[in-house]
Amino acid sequence: MTMSNNLQTFTKGLVKENPILVLLLGCCPTLATTTSAINGMSMGLATTFVLVLSNIFISLLKGFIPDKVRIPCFIVVIASFVTVVQLVMQAYVPDIYETLGLFIPLIVVNCIVLGRAEAFASKNPVFPSLLDGLGMGLGFTLALTLLGCIREFLGSGSIFGLTILPETANILVFILPPGAFICLGFVIAIVNKLKKESH
Amino acid sequence: MANKKPSTLINMLLALLVIAAVSGGVLGLVYGVTKDTIAKVDQKKNEAAIQAVLPLEGEITYKPDTLRYNYEGAELTFPCNLAYDANGNFQGAAVKTSEGGFGGKIDMMVGFLADGTIKGTSVLSHSETPGLGANMTGRFKDQFVDKNPANFKLIVSKDGGDVDAITAATITSRAFSKAVDKAYQAFMANKAQFMNNAPVAEETPVVVETPAEESNENMEGEHDNE
Amino acid sequence: MKYLIIILSTILVNNVIFSQFLGICPFLGTSKKTSTALGMGAAVIFVMTLATLVTWLTNQYILIPLKLTFLQTIAFILIIAALVQMVEIILKKISPSLYTALGVFLPLITTNCAVLGVSLTVVTKEFSFVEGQAAQLLSLGESIVYAVGIALGFALALVIFAGIREHIDLMEPPKGMKGTPIALITAGILALAFMGFTGIV
Repeated sequence: MTMSNNLQTFTKGLVKENPILVLLLGCCPTLATTTSAINGMSMGLATTFVLVLSNIFISLLKGFIPDKVRIPCFIVVIASFVTVVQLVMQAYVPDIYETLGLFIPLIVVNCIVLGRAEAFASKNPVFPSLLDGLGMGLGFTLALTLLGCIREFLGSGSIFGLTILPETANILVFILPPGAFICLGFVIAIVNKLKKESH
Repeated sequence: MANKKPSTLINMLLALLVIAAVSGGVLGLVYGVTKDTIAKVDQKKNEAAIQAVLPLEGEITYKPDTLRYNYEGAELTFPCNLAYDANGNFQGAAVKTSEGGFGGKIDMMVGFLADGTIKGTSVLSHSETPGLGANMTGRFKDQFVDKNPANFKLIVSKDGGDVDAITAATITSRAFSKAVDKAYQAFMANKAQFMNNAPVAEETPVVVETPAEESNENMEGEHDNE
Repeated sequence: MKYLIIILSTILVNNVIFSQFLGICPFLGTSKKTSTALGMGAAVIFVMTLATLVTWLTNQYILIPLKLTFLQTIAFILIIAALVQMVEIILKKISPSLYTALGVFLPLITTNCAVLGVSLTVVTKEFSFVEGQAAQLLSLGESIVYAVGIALGFALALVIFAGIREHIDLMEPPKGMKGTPIALITAGILALAFMGFTGIV
């Protein structure tokens, strides 16, 4: 694998094949954990951690896992890393752990993680798999943070906890479920428009 | 393409077993490492909550206990922490209580002085709507401080009580008030047995030194009841 | 009475899609036609109920006694994956027509976060469905009713959504909005509508 190939492997996850904005994978945590910028970013980073490690290990084990049982094996590897993230977060960042709640163990069924394992890590060497995981994970984190910023700003008048707008300017619906759907819809629409214009 | 292992039964079982065993081992290891920290986190949260609802001055010893009370026909239990001062006098208790709110159970802790006056409330966990019911952790809960339920009815004003409900969050306000009321009644019903029940030396109590605040006459172990 | 409250609460008040955000990927993916929506909904009802039953029992009689609750995530997802595989095999033998009708949805249910989500919720979250009752973990019967309710709510959301989407396909949304964006905004409006159910239990 050449340097430029590796670079492309890494950057495609950031914009061109951004997992949530372009590939439309990982919608559940996107909608649920973006009530604030910091929540979105934490979720993204936790997912990135699992994604990178699972990609590395699945790539390492690809010669060892027979084809018929590959999905259960992938799941065991991914679930182990998710449990590691769960335990570590519970011990060292308990407040964020409580806020993200159910969605940390749900990283196991995040289509991005299983999807990249199946589509890339099981067919490519370790280093490109690492880059693929890192790129996809960071792209996911960027999208989550962006959505979190928008929802937090409109719904609570703050960004990353810094209050900017007075309480009277808060549009509550944006930090509630309907706002999640609507915000994501508009962001993807804008991305689609930009994609069409760049062609 | 990477060389694929043939999917024979042996290969499949071997792969599954090895991966499962290694995962199990790694997880067991991480669990062992984080177990104590996680337990400590829970304990610290508990201690901080007790301090927040029952700020007492001087050297206070906390004894964990359970209140049992029949509330509206149901046998309920309330974990609590009883506070005794350096002389073994009962100063009050931090009582854990809960009530079903709008989005789920509201878990909270209420601090009572020995005469039943509420010293503080703290919400431990809830699923109320952000911006509405979730605001109960702000100004709403401050109205309960230094109120004695003997003359402050723990019902929202809409239902004839003294509690100022949160606008557009009546259900949350009602649930909060009810949780406090449950704790109060359980506390008053069980209070007598705590008066002369100072912690014995063998127990490992939590000793806390708080900086002296304005002296509060109420804390000298009042014994009057409802 | 309690079971009625659980059913109402899970279908309408805390709808799995519009309120809890679980199962969004299949929601957006299989709701283009009402017939596929019904098929997916039926499959989910079946798998979710079965999965909740097995995972609850596993948690109660294996994980808790052996103090292995930190293995919940990994154990539950493996059980769900195995269950789905088994259901596929059994369905193929017993009812090939139903098997082909469900098609590709069946294996997809493994990654449906609603299934794993419900399994984890019933063993970790404490509920108080009856006024005045202290909140506690759900019993087996309550967990099953909860799972059925959630799955029904999922199916309901899916069918409503499919109906609306069939209409949207006949209209002309702006170019950038076509497909997923307009679907998401519609889902948002539906979520707003479902918010009207809050407080009835």
